[in-house]
Amino acid sequence: MSVLVYINSNNGLYKSAFEAVTYGKKLGGDVTVITSGAADTKVLAGLGKYGAGKVLVDRSLQGDDDQQLTRIIANAVVSSGATTIIFSHDLTAKAVAPRLSVRLKAGLVSGAIEVPNGDGTIKVNVFSGKAFSSVKVNSASKIISLLPNSIQPEVSGSDCEVEEFNGNSGESKVKVLSTKKPEGEIPLPEAELVVSAGRGLKGPENWGMVEDLAKALGAATACSRPVADIGWRPHHEHVGQTGVAIRPNLYIAAGISGAIQHLAGVNGSKVMVVINTDAEAPFFKAADYGILGDAFEVLPRLTEAVKKFKSSGN
Amino acid sequence: MKILVCISKSPDTTSKIAFTDNNSKFDENGVQYIVNPYDEWYALVRALEIKESSGGNVTIITVGNANDEAVIRKALAIGADEAVRVDTDPTDAYYTAMQIAEYAKSNGFDLILAGKETINYNGSQVAGMIAEAMDLPFISLASKLDINGSTLTLEREIAGGLQVVDVNLPAVVSCAKGMAEQRIPNMRGIMAARTKPLNVIAPVAIENLTEFVAYTMPATKSACKMIDPNNMDELVELLHNEAKVI
Ligand SMILES: Cc1cc2nc3c(=O)[nH]c(=O)nc-3n(C[C@H](O)[C@H](O)[C@H](O)COP(=O)(O)OP(=O)(O)OC[C@H]3O[C@@H](n4cnc5c(N)ncnc54)[C@H](O)[C@@H]3O)c2cc1C
Repeated sequence: MSVLVYINSNNGLYKSAFEAVTYGKKLGGDVTVITSGAADTKVLAGLGKYGAGKVLVDRSLQGDDDQQLTRIIANAVVSSGATTIIFSHDLTAKAVAPRLSVRLKAGLVSGAIEVPNGDGTIKVNVFSGKAFSSVKVNSASKIISLLPNSIQPEVSGSDCEVEEFNGNSGESKVKVLSTKKPEGEIPLPEAELVVSAGRGLKGPENWGMVEDLAKALGAATACSRPVADIGWRPHHEHVGQTGVAIRPNLYIAAGISGAIQHLAGVNGSKVMVVINTDAEAPFFKAADYGILGDAFEVLPRLTEAVKKFKSSGN
Repeated sequence: MKILVCISKSPDTTSKIAFTDNNSKFDENGVQYIVNPYDEWYALVRALEIKESSGGNVTIITVGNANDEAVIRKALAIGADEAVRVDTDPTDAYYTAMQIAEYAKSNGFDLILAGKETINYNGSQVAGMIAEAMDLPFISLASKLDINGSTLTLEREIAGGLQVVDVNLPAVVSCAKGMAEQRIPNMRGIMAARTKPLNVIAPVAIENLTEFVAYTMPATKSACKMIDPNNMDELVELLHNEAKVI
């Protein structure tokens, strides 16, 4: 069997790239990576450590046009003979994987959280994290889009060769007018630690406490839906059933009641901590650790405790 | 401007999620269906705003059986002009997308809108598949959409950032938060919806590429461990040594 992994390397490599290659390796067989853009050859060669046998890079394509990427990946499928194509379930995958599915007539499994079961079915998140389903693919080829933070990257080899590839990307019908690049912050869906706050924080002026704790931990920040709706925080921080679904190792929720729609987007977290003044808040039923107290006092105290812990060499 | 909006039903967000038939089927018992929030709040409302400012027609399309007509009427009550129902169960994203593409190909739409994903299967697949089947450009997860003549200007989220793009019509767009504000249908809309055209069309023969064969629920959590609010050192210690997450 031959596996092709698409990696978006436009802003350097995120951990999700290593996860996707590790996932490909776990399927068995040869793993080829396809990417485009200007990433450093040495950096790309490092994907070999996670199990890639070869990296194909189309340097003629700089952007992230979905039609062009689809053509390049489809050509890489032909040249590598791959029957399984892996994406990390990020914004690029959401645009490109469905196109590729139609082009190759390959069943697309989005939001995979595990390697395939013995019977070949693949476990995915459904109902916005309220349940799981096993998906069977009927077509000869398949595409799997892996939810970030579902498996750990594993080093199994050494640097691999990087080959220039002409994927015949063709024309773009989309003209990019401007791009606001991420400013070194961790994309929320990939963050391992997340500090989140809700309406209990009472106003945007109080978010310093949340950011301080996030900074001390090296965590990303998130919020509940009403907080984004009233404009206290940007929309991309809104987590939940109608926001971003995340599965970090640690989710700390301050002043969030834990409504079913909120929990739907975060209950894939490995560990959840709730800080709330109301002992009846539903979040206490979902959390692993609970603090019955005022976020205005608890957050700064927790930040101090984290700083103390970090400065003692951890 | 002819706009097609893809509408899916989804269980109300407070529905109890359960499964029947040996965990192979979603248990619809007592489940209230709504229009998938992303389709309704963002795709449909933005289509209506465009129609209100520059004229045109908004058609909604859903792939589903006769039980879905209540959800279709709701979308009509919000303001769509007419509805199309492809009379079949939407068994997988590819099957569903090919049904919609088949209809759209022969009906000359300028713009096809969909929500960014459904809240039951979360696949984010259908709109991109329609675009590929029709060889149209696809702008995914757009949070802003403006029209100037035959050019769309869109804002969309890209990994951790924001991009502004221009694309010529026809095009397919999946809509995310920021694009429009939810509208509540009024009495007049609800009355008008009853008599708006709802065309039921037969499906075309398409295979299913995938199948949801079995469902499971997440393991139940053990009880929440309460920590003294004055002792955050204890919490840090537990997160480090017990939970091993920091
Ligand atoms: C269709 C639909 C989709 C939805 N999707 C989402 C979604 O994706 N994400 C989402 O988050 N919500 C969603 N919601 C909204 C959801 O139902 C809740 O209304 C929302 O999550 C509540 O936000 P909150 O917890 O910040 O605010 P509230 O419910 O107002 O809770 C505030 C909490 O803060 C506590 N508190 C107050 N003061 C303090 C203090 N000083 N210290 C500590 N705690 C304090 C209170 O006890 C309370 O528990 C959706 C709703 C619907 C109908």
